[in-house]
Amino acid sequence: MQKIFSHPKSLRDVTTHYCPGCGHGIAHRIVAEAVDELDIREKVIAVAPVGCAVIAYDYWDFDCSEAAHGRTLAVATAIKRVRPDNIVFTYQGDGDLAAIGTNETIHAANRGENLTVIFINNAVYGMTGGQMAPTTLLGQKTATTPAGREASLQGYPLKISEMLANLAAVKYVERVSLHSPQEVIKAKQAVKQAFQNQIDKVGFSLVEILSPCPTYWSLPPKEALTWIKEVMTKEYPLGRIK
Amino acid sequence: MAKTKVLMTGNEAIAQGAIDAGCRFYAGYPITPQNELIAYMAVHLSASGGIFIQAESELAAINMVFGAAAAGERAMTSSSSPGISLKQEGISYMAGAELPGVIVNVMRGGPGLGNISPSQADYFQATRGGGHGDYRCIVLAPSTVQEAYDFMNLGFDLADKYRNPVMVLADGMLGQMAEPLKTQNSKSKTQNYKKPWALTGCKGRKPNIIRSLYLAEGALEGLNLKLQEKYRAVSQKEQRYENTHLEGAEIILVAYGSMARIARSAMRRLREKGRKIGMIRPVTLWPFPINAFSKHLTPNTKYLVVEMSYGQMVEDVRLAVDGKCAVKFFGRAGGGIPTEEEIIRYAENI
Repeated sequence: MQKIFSHPKSLRDVTTHYCPGCGHGIAHRIVAEAVDELDIREKVIAVAPVGCAVIAYDYWDFDCSEAAHGRTLAVATAIKRVRPDNIVFTYQGDGDLAAIGTNETIHAANRGENLTVIFINNAVYGMTGGQMAPTTLLGQKTATTPAGREASLQGYPLKISEMLANLAAVKYVERVSLHSPQEVIKAKQAVKQAFQNQIDKVGFSLVEILSPCPTYWSLPPKEALTWIKEVMTKEYPLGRIK
Repeated sequence: MAKTKVLMTGNEAIAQGAIDAGCRFYAGYPITPQNELIAYMAVHLSASGGIFIQAESELAAINMVFGAAAAGERAMTSSSSPGISLKQEGISYMAGAELPGVIVNVMRGGPGLGNISPSQADYFQATRGGGHGDYRCIVLAPSTVQEAYDFMNLGFDLADKYRNPVMVLADGMLGQMAEPLKTQNSKSKTQNYKKPWALTGCKGRKPNIIRSLYLAEGALEGLNLKLQEKYRAVSQKEQRYENTHLEGAEIILVAYGSMARIARSAMRRLREKGRKIGMIRPVTLWPFPINAFSKHLTPNTKYLVVEMSYGQMVEDVRLAVDGKCAVKFFGRAGGGIPTEEEIIRYAENI
């Protein structure tokens, strides 16, 4: 009998620390499956962010580095320059990539570093207790926007993927979601493409993943998925951006 | 490569010293008075096959050094005082993750944006860790262009040996002055330091992880105890200093870096007048060379610490002397440089 589904080699068989219904587990698995299918596990070096995914190395079974908050793409830039034959990727949340690390993000992208970026957008700071993220939607209640995000006070949801797509050196930007099995399959294809681009030396590739945070959206896990589909994707349309 | 005699500024000598020490990665951001260093690296590190990146910020530059060090290369950055303040976060992360690397501070006047004249006002920042957490950088203080060159090799060796960031603390005077120096290619030394912990991809081994986050009960205390043990070993083995004319000295000058050259001139003139005066020049600022003082603690010995600050290293001298001798201080900062005459006048009135 042919085995067609199994635990990814790149994913450790351990208990998760993520909250029930969190999207990180699925996103980690997608990355692990993509790495296995491209047979690059022994060449991969991941850079984990500060945020809920900081201990991604407890789940992924390949070389990993932490980075200071927001400096993820600076660290990854140097690793890739020093080791151009390795496959280097970052896994970053919205706070890491689009708030404290905006500068590092824009300049790594603008230099056209041959990197793969997995950008988890859950519209909130998870690890620190559900504060406003740059990607928080207008009206969305968070610990620091108790009455809901207001454009006149906190500005608009930052569409960093669209901003990055404007840069000449950025080669691939796609926004995907984890709100249904079909979307998860598409998300995996995008992640795999972003790795393939690096293997092919295409250049800077980013996949934005809309990911549920039921805990800080104050929603049951299933409703969190519905919220992505019905509310979040209106602000962040899915599909290839570049 | 045979020794070659060349004329260089301190900034250029630091850059060439790094290249000859096997530095393969440099990331930096322009700031005066160290711009010749980054420009030299842009030309010569690239030409020697290394990687040069002009970073978008000081934060990015130090974190690129973090990344290159994590990947196992000899990596460095350089800046001047305000830029070094910005790098402190990354230096703390390097210390926590036990990553080697060299950070050069060509000090200028502060606080704030200050000015671009020479200064030694970053001594506390350099020797007390500088960033958050209980850590130390090994700090080397060159006094000549030759030492600026030599200490890059020493710095990279110490960084690799102890898996710890090393700071080379120069100042605008040393950075800008030109002197003859002998260069010597010593790249072979890099091979002395194996880095099985580096990120290279996990082929044929278990995955490596570079981290400074330790959440499990007692884990971070364990890391701190390990670091403290390392710092104790460094303190015991790596004190460096230069003692001059200490036998029978009634006054002992203490100065480092560029300041030590002016202090030495003052000492010579005072000795010509028959004064019993000598000098201790700390070469490592951390570990502070307390051994230099231990045989010269008779009650009639007086110490005079001279700095381009309003009194920073003097605190370490007081700790080293431990109340056994009087410790006087003379310093100027913010662009003021203590002159020979001022030092002589001060010493004669002790």
